[in-house]
Amino acid sequence: MTLIKKLAVATAFMTAMAAPAFAQYSGPPIKLGVLSDMSGLYADLSGPGSVIAAKLAIEDFGAAAKGMKVDVIGGDHQNKADVGASIARQWYDQDGVDVILDVPNSAVALAVSDITKEKNKIFLNSGAATSDLTGPKCTPNTIHWAYDTWMLANGTGKALVKQGGDSWFFLTADYAFGYALERDTMEVVKKEGGKVVGNVRVPLNNQDFSSFLLQAQASKAKVIGLANAGGDTTNSIKGAAEFGITQAGQKLAGLLVDVNDVHGLGLQVAQGLTFTDAWYWDLNDDTRKFAARFSALNGGKYPGKIHAGVYSSVIHYLKAVEAVKSKADGAAVEKKMKELPTDDTVFGKGEVRQDGRKTHPVYLVEVKKPSESKKPWDYYKILTTIPANEAFRPLKEGNCPLVN
Amino acid sequence: MFEILGITSQALFGQLLIGLINGAFYAMLSLGLAVIFGMLNIINFTHGALYMIGAFVAWMLLNYLGIGYWWALVLSPIATGTLGVLIERFMLSRLRDLDHLYGLLLTFGLALIFEGLFRQKFGSSGLPYRPPAELTGGTNLGFMFLPNYRAWVISFSLVVCLGTWYAIEHTRLGSYLRAATENPALVQAFGINVSRMITLTYGFGVGLAALAGVLAAPIYQVNPLMGSNIIIVVFAVVVIGGMGSILGSIITGFALGVAEGLTKVFYPEASSTVIFVIMAIVLLIRPTGLFGRST
Repeated sequence: MTLIKKLAVATAFMTAMAAPAFAQYSGPPIKLGVLSDMSGLYADLSGPGSVIAAKLAIEDFGAAAKGMKVDVIGGDHQNKADVGASIARQWYDQDGVDVILDVPNSAVALAVSDITKEKNKIFLNSGAATSDLTGPKCTPNTIHWAYDTWMLANGTGKALVKQGGDSWFFLTADYAFGYALERDTMEVVKKEGGKVVGNVRVPLNNQDFSSFLLQAQASKAKVIGLANAGGDTTNSIKGAAEFGITQAGQKLAGLLVDVNDVHGLGLQVAQGLTFTDAWYWDLNDDTRKFAARFSALNGGKYPGKIHAGVYSSVIHYLKAVEAVKSKADGAAVEKKMKELPTDDTVFGKGEVRQDGRKTHPVYLVEVKKPSESKKPWDYYKILTTIPANEAFRPLKEGNCPLVN
Repeated sequence: MFEILGITSQALFGQLLIGLINGAFYAMLSLGLAVIFGMLNIINFTHGALYMIGAFVAWMLLNYLGIGYWWALVLSPIATGTLGVLIERFMLSRLRDLDHLYGLLLTFGLALIFEGLFRQKFGSSGLPYRPPAELTGGTNLGFMFLPNYRAWVISFSLVVCLGTWYAIEHTRLGSYLRAATENPALVQAFGINVSRMITLTYGFGVGLAALAGVLAAPIYQVNPLMGSNIIIVVFAVVVIGGMGSILGSIITGFALGVAEGLTKVFYPEASSTVIFVIMAIVLLIRPTGLFGRST
């Protein structure tokens, strides 16, 4: 028997074994890979929690009852684009991974997006922020869930300029994500009539921000925009409080703040901080229920927008595979994901646009005072709900080649 | 008032002072490393993890037992130092006669284990720790606003550094210690328990790391990764100062804090690399470091 025939027989046999009689999807097992920062500064915002979120999604989708076998594996990209890229290649080429999830860190995400397109698989990003993933770098194989730099900049930038914060100084993380966030915020500030008086590029994982904060102070800008994330953001906010910068009247704009960051800062330091978030656990009964299940599995730590995004994107992916009845052609599954409206208990109803952007309402929030917080992780006051059609960059403005 | 490259003197003084404050941490940590390396010939890669544990012990004292900052400043170094004594007694002492690399591997492995355990328990976002009420607020120096806590850090660490230097270079105990490094067998022959002295010295070096951890807790977050962020820089400081040189590590610690601070003004993108550039240059010109003696 030739090799081809052997393979054909083996495939037929395996297909027969794997297929229960009435399942809609009867292909081989689906494998999801959560590629994340498992141990560094973004590990609490995404990391092991994203694996938990993916598992909850598979459970809630009822994969087992439908005869679909779905596995989840995790990998640590250590915030290095080369490490992330080589894990992605290995997963796609050797380990049979169909979908890569999460991927905080925009530098890694951009690399993974390219590889995913090359292999015709699917990349469901909710960890990385850069809006380029649905802009000039959009591909038919990548969908951006949860949030992005344009959304953050638009929500927070607009609100602060309207409150009179019309001159800005940026502390920017010195890599793809920081640049994108800075650029998107600058655009909003200028469009709203404000001006940018300066910026400083800070290496990732910087320990002490006081030097940079003093430069921001000397610039006399009314708003100091923190175009950074995770531990870098929390250390900047602490430093600003310590050096009396916020007391002296300059306002801090945390451009990417997660509920886990607020937890790490404590309400005493974080109170009054205004920013935009894509999701909050205390929105309604469904989100509270999700948060309770999640935190029980995550050592008491609550889910943030990225975890919610992973959950929601997995549910939608499985729906699409069920509809297409095959997982083989990544672009075809993604096309189906764009046709079907999204609907899950965590993010509610929404849609995936042509450029790969998943849209939903987002929230302008203010951190509560310690006296206002009534229960564990009760941190946000929701100031405004920004509707889905205003929250994200208009489809035509992103320069995504898929949009015509 | 004058200006250099568009930076006002006011801003410059502020940056110099901040550099010195950051240098204080480098000095405290590199001092502990220098003591351990100079006296015991151990390349202690757990130092960063022990600094982190020092900060966590302070946090635990406050949150589990209600014991505040001032007591933590005493208790945390003692507790962490005791952990250091145990590490030396039960692990490192077995490697004393082997190549340095074995000690390096052991301590590196321990550092990874400690960090992993704390990350597992406390996550990677860090935990808040408030400065003591006595040290909140700050003073306006005219050219900058100096938080009282930072002023305390810089003065306290200077006292600790100079005290340690004096104890090792100018006291009888210090002379025993230095002699034991040169010739353990002979010192043993004089009736001094060299083995115990080594264990206690290691414990002391670890205590210094923990002390720096407590000092850092209110400024930075108490975070399982805080040690691994700083330890590489601190090793560079020790190398630049000259492996094992006590005074060298103190002076280099402060000086590199300033060098890094100035880089943050003139070319911020390079601020995380400048220390390694300096290290490479120093090694090319003086392979034993600025204050090291060639042996």
